[in-house]
This record gives sequence, C-alpha cells and structure tokens, in this order.
Amino acid sequence: MSTETPSKIQKILAAGHLAVTSEVGPPRSADGLVIEHKAKLIADYVDGINVTDNQTSVCRVCSLACCIRIKQMGLEPVLQMVTRDRNRIALQSDILGAASFGINNILCLTGDHQHFGDHANAANVFDLDSVQLIATVKMMRDEGRLLGGHEFQVRPQMFIGAACNPFAGPNVALRVARLAKKAAAGVQFTQTQCIYNMNTFKEFMKIMVDRGLHEKVAVLAGITPMKNVGMARYMQKRVPGIDVPDEVVKRIGGVPKEKQAEEGIKLAIEQIQEIKEIPGIKGFHIMAIEWEEKVPEIVKAAGLFPRPN
Amino acid sequence: MIRAVGKPIEEIIGMVQDFNKLLIAGCDGCVTVCEAGGLKEVKVLAAALRLYFTQAGTSKQIEETSLTRQCDKEYLAQLRDSIDGYDAVVSLACGVGAQFVADMYTKKVVFPGVNTSFMGATEERGWYVERCQGCGQCILAETGGVCPIARCSKRMLNGPCGGSEAGKCEVAPDIPCGWELIYERLKTLGQLDRFEKPVTPKDWTTSRDGGVRKILREDLRV
Repeated sequence: MSTETPSKIQKILAAGHLAVTSEVGPPRSADGLVIEHKAKLIADYVDGINVTDNQTSVCRVCSLACCIRIKQMGLEPVLQMVTRDRNRIALQSDILGAASFGINNILCLTGDHQHFGDHANAANVFDLDSVQLIATVKMMRDEGRLLGGHEFQVRPQMFIGAACNPFAGPNVALRVARLAKKAAAGVQFTQTQCIYNMNTFKEFMKIMVDRGLHEKVAVLAGITPMKNVGMARYMQKRVPGIDVPDEVVKRIGGVPKEKQAEEGIKLAIEQIQEIKEIPGIKGFHIMAIEWEEKVPEIVKAAGLFPRPN
Repeated sequence: MIRAVGKPIEEIIGMVQDFNKLLIAGCDGCVTVCEAGGLKEVKVLAAALRLYFTQAGTSKQIEETSLTRQCDKEYLAQLRDSIDGYDAVVSLACGVGAQFVADMYTKKVVFPGVNTSFMGATEERGWYVERCQGCGQCILAETGGVCPIARCSKRMLNGPCGGSEAGKCEVAPDIPCGWELIYERLKTLGQLDRFEKPVTPKDWTTSRDGGVRKILREDLRV
C-alpha cells in the first residue's frame, strides 16, 4: 500500500486488522444535521465513513461539506469524488480544500452517468476519469504538484481509494485488469460493488491473489443488506452493474413481509462470514442505504466489533 | 460523415408561417447520404408545407433547390441571383451549411430544417451510429481502433466503468460498452498489455474546449 498517510483506515489495515467502513448519503436539502445524525449512528462501529458524491446523479449536499462536518465530529471521513461534475481545476481545488481540513481518505470515482439522476438534461464533464483522478491525487500527495505543473509545499495526505465492480461482466479478468490499472495509477484500497453473487466474487479474488494484486490494493468487500424483496428486485433489474442472483430474491421474498428486513440483515451477516474466509480480503464496506441504524447490528453480529483504535 | 435528422414538420411550420416566399435548400453532401436533407427531402418538405398552408387557407410561394455543398462558398454563390426573391430560406444542410448561407446572405432569414446530430457511420440503411467526436488528437492507434471518446458515454480514457452490464453501456442497453469493445479488440490484436497502462489526462485544447477551432493550411492557400 506504499505511501503512509495519517489515515486511520490505512493504519488499521497496516496493523493487520480487517477494516470496516460504511457510508452515509447526504440529504437533498441544506439540512446539515442529517449527516451528523447518520454519522453518530455508526461512529463506534466503523473505521471510516464514506460520504457519497451526488450518487446516482441526484443533486445533494456536497460530499466535501459533509466530510468536513464528520471530521469536526472527531470521526474519519472518506471523501467520495466523481469526475462527472467537475473538471481538473475543480477536482484539484476540492482535494486541496479537503486536505486543508485534515481529510485523509479519498475514493476516486468516475461517477454514474447523469441520465440516471434528477438532472438528466445536464452537461457532463468527464475531463478526467477515475484512473486519472487517482494518479492526480497521488501526484499532489507524493510530488506536491498540480496537473498544470504548479508546485506547492503543503501536500494533501490522502489514502487513495477506488471502487471496483467484479460483477460488471461478462469478463471477470477484465475487471481485475481494470483494478490493476488503478493500482498502477496509485490506488491503495478499493471498496467493491455490493456483493450478492458469491461465485463471481470468489473468481475475482482468486485472480487478484494469483496476480498478487491483493497486496497492492486492500480489498474491502461491499455489503448492502436488503430491506425487502422489492429492493432485491429493484437492484436485480434496475441498478446497473449489480448482480443479484435469483436465489437472493427468492430468499428475501420467501419470508413474510414483516420478516424480510430481518432476513436481509441475516443474509448480510452470513455474507460477511463467508467472505472473511476468502483469501486476500482486507475488510468490509457496509453500505446500508438509508438504513444506517442497522450497521451496528451487522458489525456486531459479524464479529467485527469492537473496532481497533 | 455528418448525420442529421429532419426537424418535425410542426416546428418548421412554426418558424416559417410569417413568411410568404420560401426557398427550401437541400445539400447534396452528407445529409443526402443519410436521407435527411437532400433533394428528395426538399421535395417532401416543400409538398408538406404547401399542403398545410393551402389547407390553412394561406397562399405561399415555396421553391425547391439543392446545392452540391452548402459548406463551400462557390456552390452557395449559385443562389446569389435568386435569393432576393425569397423572404426566408429553410436550409436542410447541416448546421455548418445553414450558417454558411446566413454568413453569405446576411439580410436573409435562414431557418434550420434538420437537427445536425453527429459524425457517424451507416450501420445499416436508416441506422447511423456515432464514431468520432472530432477531438483533434486521434488516439485510435492506442485503443485497438475503437474510439473511447466517442464510444464510451463517459469518454473515459481508462475504462470500462462499473456500470456496464453484459457488455452494454449503463446509459442504454442498445449501446455496446466502448471499453469492452476495446478490451476484446486489444485481446484479438495481442495488445492487451496496453489495457493496464494508465492513460494520462487528455489535452482537450484541440477539442471544443479550446474555443472555436480552425485549420489553417498555408500549403493550400493561394
């Protein structure tokens, strides 16, 4: 994982612990307390809190503002940053801004296409892509230089992350190759897409380990508990790049409606237990979408609590 | 080649209704090939407008023509003697041609009759797909002959993103993922080593981001 930063997540990984991160989605209004409330719910159960950046291209409070708030609560934010909405000037500016508040983790993403969101008629930017953003953060951190060539003294101390999606098939080897490209650009950890298809994920991890890539990039397995069968069906049919096998839909749908949330949590815990045994895994990224209050229960039941200091 | 589609007749009627003498001007270039703005489409549009205005009880003079190319002054000059006889011109050329008509005949009202869409190829008759965005710095040599700027919906230089499914783009299931195409092509060519090498940020100054673009060929100028 090369360069050392003050990141708590990096320290926990370096000490050989399984890391646990989670994420909170900002509100679609100027209510800053929403993030504070969500962060408090999970604070003691995770090592880092991602804040999504206008996820699914729906306009929300910006990730940077929320990360500053989380940092000021004494917690560990992970700044998610997509290249869809900002060019290289704005991206680097926000990285410097985040670093000026002591934010030490960044997740570099290209971002969903805007056609999914609430401003489908917007122009997109995509001046850089995620790989180029990774390389840019690395250059700013390790060389103290901007893409335009300007050199500066106070460098952003970022632990650099990226997403990866083993399920955006059909070719799993291609997905490992893509992560290898991110590793070559400087990525240090990855949080995967929500895992439901365990066979594909195991195939992905096997190629990772065979190539020795798991030593270069810490893989945090993405876990999203299903709230009900409606969510399972929606994720199966509507969310791009997510692979929900029929048996998952059947399992959640196979219990009475009032028991489906419980079944979803149970499945998430079982997934964590199973993934723990997969060689090369370095932690978990629990994305409980608008269900943050369930994170403590999942972390505890999965044997991931208490968190190391 | 430039691809265009005819504007809806209602939109054209809305533009021309206050003008009495109209010239519908086609172009024998790209828009003829994609059957959006050649002489055939000029005739169809003129007939439709005549029918509409006759039924509406309005008398209009509507003439038809098509020029070899509307993006060349020598062909546009052929309108010089007749242009004053019209109140407005509906150009069925691409946006380049329509603007060139307006440039040359500054006092004439010029309406676009087509929506200029993209530079693309004919997959089949009536099925045109974008292939190039004219970024000004061709990188096809590095990407197995498949352009990620035009064929990835996020113009990624290090794709594919995580949104593709079964080789299709997240934007629409009928768009092949450009980066899946590149990966497969590089594999076929035995050049997969290129795929894992990060591509540095692109210099967009030769794209639209550098301002209005021009080519000055001193060797061709007299």
